[in-house]
Amino acid sequence: MIRKLRDVPGYLFLGIFTIFSLFPLYFMAVSATNTSQDVLASQLLPGGELFNNIGKLFAAQDVGAAMLSSFLIAAGTTVLALIICSIAGYGFEVYHSRGKDVMMGVLLLAIMIPFAATMIPLFQVFAKLGLVNSLFAVIIPAISTPLLILLFRQSSRAFPSEILEAARVDGLREVSIFARIYVPTMRATFAAAGVITFMTAWNNYLWPRVILIKNEVQTMPMLIVNLSAGYVTDYGVLMLAVLLASLPTVVVFLLLQRSFADGVTGAIK
Amino acid sequence: MSALTVTPEGATREEAKRPPRGDRPWLGTDRRHNLTGWAFLLPAALLIFAVSFVPMIQAFILSLQTGRGTRLDWADPLWYNYQRLLGDEIFKQTVGNTFIYLIIQVPIMLLAALLLANVLNNPRLRFKAFWRTAIFLPAAVSLVAYSLVFRTMFATDGFVNDFLANFGVDPVNWLGEPDTARAVLILGLLWRWTGFNMIFFLAGLQNIDRSTIEAARMDGANSFQVFWRVTVPQLRPIILLTAIMSTNGTLQLFDESWALTRGGPAYASMSMSHYLYEVSFQRNPNFGYGAALAYVILILVAILAFIQLKVGDKRD
Repeated sequence: MIRKLRDVPGYLFLGIFTIFSLFPLYFMAVSATNTSQDVLASQLLPGGELFNNIGKLFAAQDVGAAMLSSFLIAAGTTVLALIICSIAGYGFEVYHSRGKDVMMGVLLLAIMIPFAATMIPLFQVFAKLGLVNSLFAVIIPAISTPLLILLFRQSSRAFPSEILEAARVDGLREVSIFARIYVPTMRATFAAAGVITFMTAWNNYLWPRVILIKNEVQTMPMLIVNLSAGYVTDYGVLMLAVLLASLPTVVVFLLLQRSFADGVTGAIK
Repeated sequence: MSALTVTPEGATREEAKRPPRGDRPWLGTDRRHNLTGWAFLLPAALLIFAVSFVPMIQAFILSLQTGRGTRLDWADPLWYNYQRLLGDEIFKQTVGNTFIYLIIQVPIMLLAALLLANVLNNPRLRFKAFWRTAIFLPAAVSLVAYSLVFRTMFATDGFVNDFLANFGVDPVNWLGEPDTARAVLILGLLWRWTGFNMIFFLAGLQNIDRSTIEAARMDGANSFQVFWRVTVPQLRPIILLTAIMSTNGTLQLFDESWALTRGGPAYASMSMSHYLYEVSFQRNPNFGYGAALAYVILILVAILAFIQLKVGDKRD
């Protein structure tokens, strides 16, 4: 009984913080079904305006195109980043050498470089290459990140060297060992890395805003900011757009959260 | 090192047993594996050089130039842009704002995340998965998306004022006054990032030995003492990691300043990166001046990371 009483402050703290965390999300979802006036009148119950808001949103903005751009960017970045960074992390750990440690240290310094410091020259380079307004220009700077390489390198420590040796004895080529044995055993790490990359790429705002100049080429985060920048904001429509922009990352996280947690734990060990 | 670890001799013997498979025979297995490793990490390394290190050097050269758009010339004197920054009142305001966010938000957030992780790590706790998911969920939402939700809730005629009216509080112009605008931005940052950091602490807690906590309890330590004297010291490497990541992120703050407060009123809540964007890509783009500004951010990030590493490594 005393032990249970001791847990009360903990539950209280968790409860308050959970309400703090969930309320804005609830507010967003409920507001998407209400008129602008109802949102401002703090209507906290679902209304019947969802389809009206959908109609208004699709009339005001090309939501389909923005969804597609965001999806292509997020999926493209995730696939390429997982390939490039997992190979690199594997290379650093499995073929460990002094020179590679030094190289890892150098690459980690890149974490300290604020994106702002590289943004202007990157813009100039992509302008020269004729890639302004191209989704490739959004994807390329995001596919190789020191943190992701580090995540794969740390997790590769758990990859048993006996398996590696056995595969070599069986005459498997190094590339096949990576593709056929390493990738399937490291599923949790790939899931964690995939969730992080997908969310970051989908949610990125500054760089797409800089490099995608044409009004017709925009991502979902850009769309919702444009929607809010109008002279009169329709809050119901805005909250619906915000909801649509948030759903994909929330769903991806909820689906993969178990592996995500395992992957992070495996890397921090 | 286990007995099963590859030794050079062992590997060579395996190689000798193996029929040649078209690999260049004049390279020893060791050398070949070393080169395979380099080949594996080369694409990633080249990309990081191309999108981070090379532009960083280019930005420095740019910061020594003046001119509008693409017509750039060497500045006279070369450090002209940096000199101009020192006299730029708006720049000073944005540095001040960014540091207010850093000093107030990061400690509160890390402490809250630590406490939450500590409570969640209690083996008797029920509905653990629910709490964890709910508190992490904000981290899945994009920065501009939550910024707009907060902007709507804190509008003068919005939810927060309506709610406070129930307690007889007069409407507050949250985003129209400097102090409250900064406070709303800080609240937003706490909402978005506390759960994210909590996940790292939870992962760290799973790797520390529970018996150290039980032993402290046996010795009669109360919950606070156990937390502060036993748990926190063992988490120091992860606290350091999250502190550096959060500092780095706060110094680069852009989306919230852009979408939640729009930098306002006037420049009262604008972040450094937001000002950098204004200088570089709005109205009269001035890449040279923007690059100088970017370098100041870079140097601040480096100095703060260095200080944190020094402080974090102490007492070891």
